[in-house]
Amino acid sequence: MSLLELTAVELGNKIKNKEVSSVEATKEALASIKAKEERLNCFVTVDEEGAIKRAEKIQARIDKGELTGSLAGVPVGIKDNMNIAGMLTTCSSKILYNFKPTFNSTAVEKLMNAGAVVVGKTNMDEFAMGSTSETSYFGPTKNPWDLERVPGGSSGGSAAAVAANEVPFALGSDTGGSIRQPASFCGVTGIKPTYGRVSRYGLIAYGSSLDQIGPLAKDVRDCATVLEIISGKDDKDSTSVAEAGADFTSALVDDVKGLKIGIPKTYFSEGLDASVKENVLKAAKTLEEKGAIVEEFDLGLVDYAIPAYYIIASAEASSNLERFDGVKYGYRTDSFLDLHNMYKKTRSEGFGAEVKRRIMLGSFVLSSGYFDAYYMKALRTKALIKAEFDKAFEKYDVILGPVAPTTALKLGESLSDPIKMYLGDIYTVSVNLAGLPGISLPCGFDDKGLPIGLQLLGKHFDEKTILRAAYAFEQTKSYECSAIAKEV
Amino acid sequence: MTITDETIDYVGILAKLELSDEEKARAKKDMSDMLDYVGKLNELDTDGVEPMSHTFSINNVMREDVVTNGDDRENMLLNAPEAKDGAYVVPKTFN
Repeated sequence: MSLLELTAVELGNKIKNKEVSSVEATKEALASIKAKEERLNCFVTVDEEGAIKRAEKIQARIDKGELTGSLAGVPVGIKDNMNIAGMLTTCSSKILYNFKPTFNSTAVEKLMNAGAVVVGKTNMDEFAMGSTSETSYFGPTKNPWDLERVPGGSSGGSAAAVAANEVPFALGSDTGGSIRQPASFCGVTGIKPTYGRVSRYGLIAYGSSLDQIGPLAKDVRDCATVLEIISGKDDKDSTSVAEAGADFTSALVDDVKGLKIGIPKTYFSEGLDASVKENVLKAAKTLEEKGAIVEEFDLGLVDYAIPAYYIIASAEASSNLERFDGVKYGYRTDSFLDLHNMYKKTRSEGFGAEVKRRIMLGSFVLSSGYFDAYYMKALRTKALIKAEFDKAFEKYDVILGPVAPTTALKLGESLSDPIKMYLGDIYTVSVNLAGLPGISLPCGFDDKGLPIGLQLLGKHFDEKTILRAAYAFEQTKSYECSAIAKEV
Repeated sequence: MTITDETIDYVGILAKLELSDEEKARAKKDMSDMLDYVGKLNELDTDGVEPMSHTFSINNVMREDVVTNGDDRENMLLNAPEAKDGAYVVPKTFN
């Protein structure tokens, strides 16, 4: 059995017990990447030399007894929107094609301090804007279950790299579903923590009020373990908070007796793929059989989440992406007339179509005369959506539903009609608007053999309850999904 | 909502983007479709609802104004398309 079929925690244990070294594990990951990348394109940058050096140093510290954590020595892939000092960080955009940050993002630094070995940076939709990973300047990532399909997005490279056993786990970021939806499409497990749980310092911003970093991994235990390491208050991100309940691995208990689970009826109406519906409801039944109290209820305002999300996210993006101007870093146009013309040409040549579309929309909704009608209206809608969730969580501990209306789509199917693509985010975006935690884990396959994701949502800072429910469900799995069954 | 050429040009100025004619035509259609779609929010009565930017209450974070990071100018300038004498070089801004 390949080391890469192990979960991150299992591999960490083997390293701890001296059955295998971090260098061996890292080399195996690098070899796996090398063998599969031509077909999958999960990575923008693979730092082969650096990774082996880092693994040697980590191993020396493990040998000295300085590093004893569960993930010490374990290779990891990092989404290419998180800064790592000296390592190319592109956001999968031409405008950052040569950018090497001078500092580490906090989440990555915490992983490094815990002894994880970064092997490279994973592909994504340009600036995390997209649901398919096809908007990357460096070409699309392919889904390891079917190379003609997308891995989802925007953390598609991270999800596919884990699914294809290139790395045991990866970090992604989630602004409107960008961890959960690719996890669902690739048959892996991913959690978007409560807003504020993980520092966003060093994460290249898309929608700052919505962005959260989280793990993509092979099982619930790996997710809990990674989250335990990367969470916590950071002076460099004033929206990060020191909340209790961050001992996530203590929640891995196979017991859902008495747990109150609500299923929003509106999530199961038109537009939902029949096989997704069937498998998600079967998962609810399974949890019920294990002692949970499962009930249907009416969650209001579901249809208003996507419009509110795209106004807020585009507005924030238009502001956040102003910094890319050809002066401080990245791409600069070859010829220009003056400063202003240089800005415009640099940005027009440096950004891809989807990014420009959102910057234009964002600039419009923030412009004088439209600010109240669109942007403020969206923020008021956000308050109403949050209130709907508050009401639901008075009755339920967990909300259960699908992650996406379909399984992985064919490459090239989505980009021609942006609104249609946006509608695929219907079950994920409201969670970001309300700042809630959500986990996506495999719950079966459709008739094409593609994985289906189950989504569990929790109260603010109550990741532990959804981790417990997810863990309990995972114990009942009769199929192999987390370690990919298919040979790529 | 119909988007005029003037609106697209104006938004282009705000967004600091120079769109080709083809891109402009596409942007007009995309923005118009999107604004029609997000116009759905007008079905909601939001009178008296406070706009929400943060979902739980956090306060302004105060700290002593003490420098904790070192001078990293040389490294940062390595990323600049053009730099000189420890500063970024930009095109001439006035004559």
